Amino acid sequence: MERVAMFDALSGKLGDVFDRLRRRGALSESDVIEAMRDIRLALLEADVALPVVRDFIAKVRLQAVGAEVLRAVSPGQQVVKIVNDALVDALGGEGAVPLNLNAASPIPFLMVGLQGSGKTTTSGKIALLLKEKQRKKVLLASLDTQRPAAQLQLAQLAERAGVASLPIVPGETPVQIARRAMETGRREVFDVVILDTAGRLAIDQALMDEVKAIRDVTAPAETLLVVDAMTGQDALATATAFNEAVSITGIVMTRLDGDARGGAALSMRAVTGAPIKLMGMGEKLDALEPFHPERIAGRILGM
Amino acid sequence: FTKRKLDDAALEELEDLLITADLGPAAAARVIRAFRRTRFGQDVSAPEIRASLAEEVAKILAPVAQPLAIDRSKNPFVILMVGVNGTGKTTTIGKLAQSYAEAGARPLLVAGDTFRAAAVEQLQVWGERTGAPVMTGPANADPAGLAFDAIARARRDGHDIVLIDTAGRLHNKAALMEELRKIIRVIRKQDETAPHAVLLTLDATTGQNAIAQVATFKEMVDLTGLIVTKLDGSARAGVVVALAETAALPIHAVGVGEQAADLRPFDATEFARALTGADADRPA
Ligand SMILES: Nc1nc2c(ncn2[C@@H]2O[C@H](COP(=O)(O)OP(=O)(O)OP(=O)(O)O)[C@@H](O)[C@H]2O)c(=O)[nH]1
Ligand SMILES: Nc1nc2c(ncn2[C@@H]2O[C@H](COP(=O)(O)OP(=O)(O)OP(=O)(O)O)[C@@H](O)[C@H]2O)c(=O)[nH]1
Ligand SMILES: [K+]
Ligand SMILES: [Mg+2]
Ligand SMILES: [Mg+2]
Repeated sequence: MERVAMFDALSGKLGDVFDRLRRRGALSESDVIEAMRDIRLALLEADVALPVVRDFIAKVRLQAVGAEVLRAVSPGQQVVKIVNDALVDALGGEGAVPLNLNAASPIPFLMVGLQGSGKTTTSGKIALLLKEKQRKKVLLASLDTQRPAAQLQLAQLAERAGVASLPIVPGETPVQIARRAMETGRREVFDVVILDTAGRLAIDQALMDEVKAIRDVTAPAETLLVVDAMTGQDALATATAFNEAVSITGIVMTRLDGDARGGAALSMRAVTGAPIKLMGMGEKLDALEPFHPERIAGRILGM
Repeated sequence: FTKRKLDDAALEELEDLLITADLGPAAAARVIRAFRRTRFGQDVSAPEIRASLAEEVAKILAPVAQPLAIDRSKNPFVILMVGVNGTGKTTTIGKLAQSYAEAGARPLLVAGDTFRAAAVEQLQVWGERTGAPVMTGPANADPAGLAFDAIARARRDGHDIVLIDTAGRLHNKAALMEELRKIIRVIRKQDETAPHAVLLTLDATTGQNAIAQVATFKEMVDLTGLIVTKLDGSARAGVVVALAETAALPIHAVGVGEQAADLRPFDATEFARALTGADADRPA
């Protein structure tokens, strides 16, 4: 209990700053600058990458010290609104962006990301979602020849989701598996083929080249970067590297059922320009939800 | 190298460097404050700055750089591996099994993750790779009962170290944390001094949430030490500096790859030099 209270206090910090701002009758430019310092700290504590914090603060400060704001009836309230709106906007604006199913069948989805970020689980979740909500016939294919029992993991998830998985053929390379997955998709008339890949580090050139080759032979309609909500400042390097290698079309943020503030969402969105499409809310296959920028904005600001 | 005065602007740049390495704004400010006292106003080159900043960071980390000592009087020595999902528990067990086997011990691996898809099979592959037997139970079986049986088997078959894998769990999930406490309670029915080590794997890419992770696991399951994984990536895991100041738990080792041999002792100086970029200055 005590612990919970401690973290609430920590994450409520910016809430306090905002409360103080709201209560103020008149604001001077220096009041705003001081508030911006607190907002900068809160964003850093929420794991937003430093360069992204800088750009954000510069933009918001410019709006907040505008003459209309300072002369408004409740200027503090206005500043709070400017910050919140700017954050929602930076996270992609209101509402969620759906998965792109606007392509010829079988539609390839490519799942990429660092080791352990949640790619395989999310592949299973998306398969279940497409099957249940969109009545799609989905094939799950594991291209992970690296991690022990990775292909079996996806096969078991496919069984739990009640969708097909590509038979495992030992000895094939990831590119060979990708080709076979697409051939199977065509032959057996699947609507969507989800290609799960091995985790890889942004700095691992050989594995980055491999995922490029997979992209080239499959031409995915969605290339989804799967990232952990707990990611820190490295979000910048990771998102940049994956985006340069395979042009990310969307981001899935996992483990938002935890208590991380999720500032990496802002960093990743800023460097890739790709929408955050989905959020992972648990380990079970139905724990996947559309991404809501407003909810994450509130969380990052600790409100 | 050209020298430059270590003034406020230079210190601010260094503080930013620490923030981008995940120290968090508060710990970064503390380190810079201490650093300022030692070097302010001096003329220094960039490599000199990074090297002495690394020394400042290493000073904080040195007390927590402690290898995991195996108490040979324990029969068997029981290690419980815990942590958030996907941080590297199972892989790290494989790596530890390899190093213990190489040192002449006879580890027994316990597939205590009976929940996640193919978690048992993943550990079984590690057993094959390292030559360590793997104790498994049926799917969704109670991990506590399995751990209990494993210790009995270790005694019977002469295994001196038992490495228990557990399912990944987020620290804010009370029911899952309670399940871990139950595993410990049941283990103690075999040996009231066990588990002899409760290790948390911390993913190097994790930002400030690591502080809440460590605090909660420490409180709920009496963590005895940390292993930082995935340090072979671009992340620099600076949050351990804040952890060294607050939680003060030993950091036993770091993971630097996905293979059995990719485990290294945690070296405060080496870690600090990589964190500040002093490493890159070293002549090849
Ligand atoms: N709590 C929670 N756990 C999740 C979520 N998504 C995935 N996980 C868990 O995270 C762990 C790693 O997930 P995987 O799907 O194996 O990750 P991966 O990216 O495929 O890992 P590699 O293939 O090894 O790179 C598993 O324990 C999953 O159950 C989520 O949204 N919430
Ligand atoms: N590059 C790198 N990858 C690592 C390291 N340690 C683990 N991994 C990878 O991270 C991923 C997750 O590792 P696991 O050992 O399955 O993690 P876990 O904590 O057991 O995951 P769950 O049981 O699902 O919670 C795998 O792809 C591992 O190969 C490391 O030190 N470096
Ligand atoms: K690193
Ligand atoms: Mg996987
Ligand atoms: Mg595991």
